[in-house]
Amino acid sequence: MNTNVNMTNKEYADYVDKKAKNSPIFKDLLLAFIVGGIICMIGQFIIDISMKFGISQDDSKIVCCIILIFLGAFLTSINLYSKLGKFAGAGSIIPITGFSNSIVAPAIEFKTEGYILGLGANMFKIAGPVLVYGISSSVAVGFIYWIIKIIGGV
Amino acid sequence: MDIFIEYLKVFVTGGLICLIGQILIDKTKITPARILVIFLTMGVILSAIGLYQPLIDFGGAGATVPISGFGSNLAQGVIKEVDNIGFLGIFTGGVKAASAGISAAIVFGFLASLFAKPTIK
Repeated sequence: MNTNVNMTNKEYADYVDKKAKNSPIFKDLLLAFIVGGIICMIGQFIIDISMKFGISQDDSKIVCCIILIFLGAFLTSINLYSKLGKFAGAGSIIPITGFSNSIVAPAIEFKTEGYILGLGANMFKIAGPVLVYGISSSVAVGFIYWIIKIIGGV
Repeated sequence: MDIFIEYLKVFVTGGLICLIGQILIDKTKITPARILVIFLTMGVILSAIGLYQPLIDFGGAGATVPISGFGSNLAQGVIKEVDNIGFLGIFTGGVKAASAGISAAIVFGFLASLFAKPTIK
């Protein structure tokens, strides 16, 4: 094995690339598509059931969001979501259940470092940036919209 | 039959959004955390310029369940709130619309991690 310590970064990157297994892309894409699609269908099913109970469409979307987040957190805590993630990739990351998973997984991992600085601080390791950019961009959108309204005099 | 087509649309829309994410992961080595941020921000922007709502009209939960739908929720919330209360809405609208999701994520996340045992990989 070639383990020359004097390798440049570029050489090392090439070396890693050569060693890293190529995941079969077509299979990856198909699995992401199917799993992502199924999670969304579960969401639609929750919305439909909720609307059968006479809850408005907007509120049903909130119910769906809460239940899916609960499911994501629950499946992560019993160590099933990471198994799903291994073969579904983006199909398990992008749905809202993946957001929930991104909160619970680091929280569990760092729990041993205590409840405040371990669990509490690490909950938002991945979800933190999501909220930072999400809320910031929504404020930016609101500001631009407000300016346009004033200029347009609507 | 109608319900079948309805769910097929949800499946295809949600599936395609995840497929785009998987292409990004495979082709560019973007980490999952960045994927979440990118899709959320895209949801906010697309929704602000009116391109995400047609997707929601077509695909229902297929467009609202992915994290981009969460972003679209933020954008629509802030626009509605600016219409209702003006300047202050810029700061209250987004989080107000996403409040249920954020609270649920914190509470269920906290409870789930309280009861779960750390696993050694």
